[in-house]
Amino acid sequence: MSDSTNTETLSPEQVGPQPQTPLQEFWSYFSANTGAVVGLVFIVTMIIVALSANWLAPHSPIEQYRDALLMPPAWVEGGSWTYVLGTDDVGRDILSRLMHGARLSLFIGCLVVTLSLGMGILLGLVAGYFQGAVDTAIMRAVDIMLAMPSLLLAIAIVAILGPSLINASMAIAIVSLPHYVRLTRASTIAELSKDYVVSSRVAGASHLRLMFITILPNCLAPLIVQATLGFSNAILDMAALGFLGLGAQPPTPEWGSMLADALQFVQRAWWVVTFPGLVILLTVLAFNLMGDGLRDALDPKLKQ
Amino acid sequence: MFQFIFKKLMLVVPTFIGITLLTFTLIRLIPGDPIEVMAGERGVSPERHAQLRAELGLDQPLLIQYKDYVVNIFHGDLGKSLITKTPVMEEFASLFPATVELATCAALFAVLVGLPAGIIAAVKRGSIFDHSVMTFSLTGYSMPIFWWALLLMLVFSVNLGWTPVSGRLDVTYWIDEVTGFMLIDTLLSGEEGAFASALHHLVLPSIVLGTIPMAVIARMTRSSMLEVLSEDYIRTARSKGMAPLRVIVVHALRNALIPVITVIGLQVGILLSGAILTETIFAWPGIGKWLIESIARRDYPVVQGGIMMVATIIIVVNLIVDILYGVVNPRIRHNK
Repeated sequence: MSDSTNTETLSPEQVGPQPQTPLQEFWSYFSANTGAVVGLVFIVTMIIVALSANWLAPHSPIEQYRDALLMPPAWVEGGSWTYVLGTDDVGRDILSRLMHGARLSLFIGCLVVTLSLGMGILLGLVAGYFQGAVDTAIMRAVDIMLAMPSLLLAIAIVAILGPSLINASMAIAIVSLPHYVRLTRASTIAELSKDYVVSSRVAGASHLRLMFITILPNCLAPLIVQATLGFSNAILDMAALGFLGLGAQPPTPEWGSMLADALQFVQRAWWVVTFPGLVILLTVLAFNLMGDGLRDALDPKLKQ
Repeated sequence: MFQFIFKKLMLVVPTFIGITLLTFTLIRLIPGDPIEVMAGERGVSPERHAQLRAELGLDQPLLIQYKDYVVNIFHGDLGKSLITKTPVMEEFASLFPATVELATCAALFAVLVGLPAGIIAAVKRGSIFDHSVMTFSLTGYSMPIFWWALLLMLVFSVNLGWTPVSGRLDVTYWIDEVTGFMLIDTLLSGEEGAFASALHHLVLPSIVLGTIPMAVIARMTRSSMLEVLSEDYIRTARSKGMAPLRVIVVHALRNALIPVITVIGLQVGILLSGAILTETIFAWPGIGKWLIESIARRDYPVVQGGIMMVATIIIVVNLIVDILYGVVNPRIRHNK
C-alpha cells in the first residue's frame, strides 16, 4: 500500500504483473489460507469415499456378523484386520457404516442447502426487490424463526411430521432459511440502486429478468459462504436429530444414530462411540474451515 | 431512552403473536386425526375420542380455538399433560430451575474461559497462544456436543471416576426442594457433602453445554479486540506513555466488549437448545429432557406449551440484551 497516489511516472516494475482472471484471483486468496485448503482436501476425499462407498467399504453397512460382536479396532488386542475399526453391538462393521454414512450425510447436506438456498434466495429477492408490505411480512416471519433455537424448531417440526430422514431434512432446511433470506435481501437492496440495475430497468427489462439475471449474480458471494457453513450446520443438526432418534431410523447407517445406538456400550466399547463422533467433528470442521477461506477469498471488504 | 425501550417493546409484539400462531398450528399440523395420533396404537373408544376432542377444543371453529388459546396463555394456562394430567405450566415451573442452573453454570464457564482467551489472543496476535486459541475455538464451534459429552463422560466419569455419570445429586442425599436450584438447596439443607455432590454433578454438563458458547465468545472477543486495538485513540493512549495493561483493560476492552455482550446474549438460544442434548445425555431433569420425552410419548400439549415457553424466554432475553445494548452504546439508542 505504499505511495499509490503517484501514478503518473510508473515504471513497468511498479505496474506489476498481468491482472489475474477472477478465478486465479479467487484461488490465490483461497490457497493463502492453509486451513481452507486442508478443509477442501478433506471434503473432496469425503465425497470420493461417499460416491464409491459400495466398492470401498469392506462389508455391507447393515449385515450383522453374529460371531464378531463388539470387536475392537484392528490395532487393539483382540481386534482383527477384517473389521478395521471394529464392530458394533450386533456385529456390523463400523468402517463400512461410516463410509455409507458419509454418503448419507453429504447427500443430506446437499439436499438441505439446495432447499434452503433456493427458497431463501427467492424470498430474499422478492423482499428486497419489491420492498413495502411484502418485505415487512417476509422479514417479520424470518424474525420469528430467528427467535426460536434452530434445533428446537427442527425437533418440533419432526415431532409433528414424524421421525424420518426426509422430514428431518425438511425441518433443517426450514430452520436454516432465515440466514439466506436476510443475506439475499440485504445484497439485493444494496444492488438495487446501482447504475447497472437502473440502466437495465430503463432498457425495459422485466421484473423477473432484473431479479434473477441482473441482480442475483452480484449477490452470490455471501450466499456461497453461507451455503458452505450451511453444510456444516446441516450435518451437525442431522446428527443431533439422529442422536435423539428423530432422524434416520435403524438400520440406516447415519452418524448421529450410530452414536445413539452405541450409548449403552460406552463403558465396554469405546470405539463404537469414538469413531462416528470423530467423523462428524472432522467433517463439520472441514466445512467451517473452507467457509472461512471462501469468505476471505470472496468478501472484498477483507481483501487488502 | 423511554422511547427507545418502547419501540423495542412494540417490535416484540408481532414476534410473540407469530410464536403463538406457530405453536397453535403445530398441534393442528399433525397428519391425520390428532387424537388418533396421540392415542397411538392402542386406539380410543368413540366416547373418549369425543371427550378428548372437546377437552382440546378441537370441536370449535379454528378462529375461536386460536382466541381461546391466546386467552389461556395470558391466564398462564398451557393445557394439561395427556400422560400425567398435571398442568403444563406446573411441570414447566418445577423443571425450569434445573435448566437455569445448568445454563447459568455453562454460561459462566463460557465467559470465564472464552473472554480472557479472546483478549490474550488479540493482544498477543500471531503468537502460538493466539493460534491455539483459534484452533480450539474452531474445533469447539464444530463440536457435536452430544459426542463431546460422551467422550468426557468416558474419560472423567468411567475411567477416572472423578465425576458422576448422570443426575443432579447422589441418591444418598435427600434434599427438600426450596428454590429448585440444587446448589442453593444443598447449602440450605446443611447436610454435609451434599453441596459438593451437587457441584460434582454440575461440572461435566456445564463444560459440555458451555463449549460452543465459549468458542463463539473467544472468537468474537478476539476479532472485536483486534479491531479496537487498531483505532487511533489506542495509539494516542499508548503514545502518551500509558501502561500497556491500562490501555488494554481500560481503553480497549471497554469498547471491544460492546459487540461481545450482544453475542453473549445471543447464546441463550444456543444454551437452551443445547440443553436438550446435554440434559438427555446426563439424565438432567430439566426442560430439554422433558421436551424430548414428551415428543417420544406423543404428549402434544406439553410439546406445544414447552416450545411456547422456551421461545418466549428467548424473546425476552433478546429484548433485554437489545435494551442493554442501547444503554451501553448511545450510538445505537439515537440511531433513527
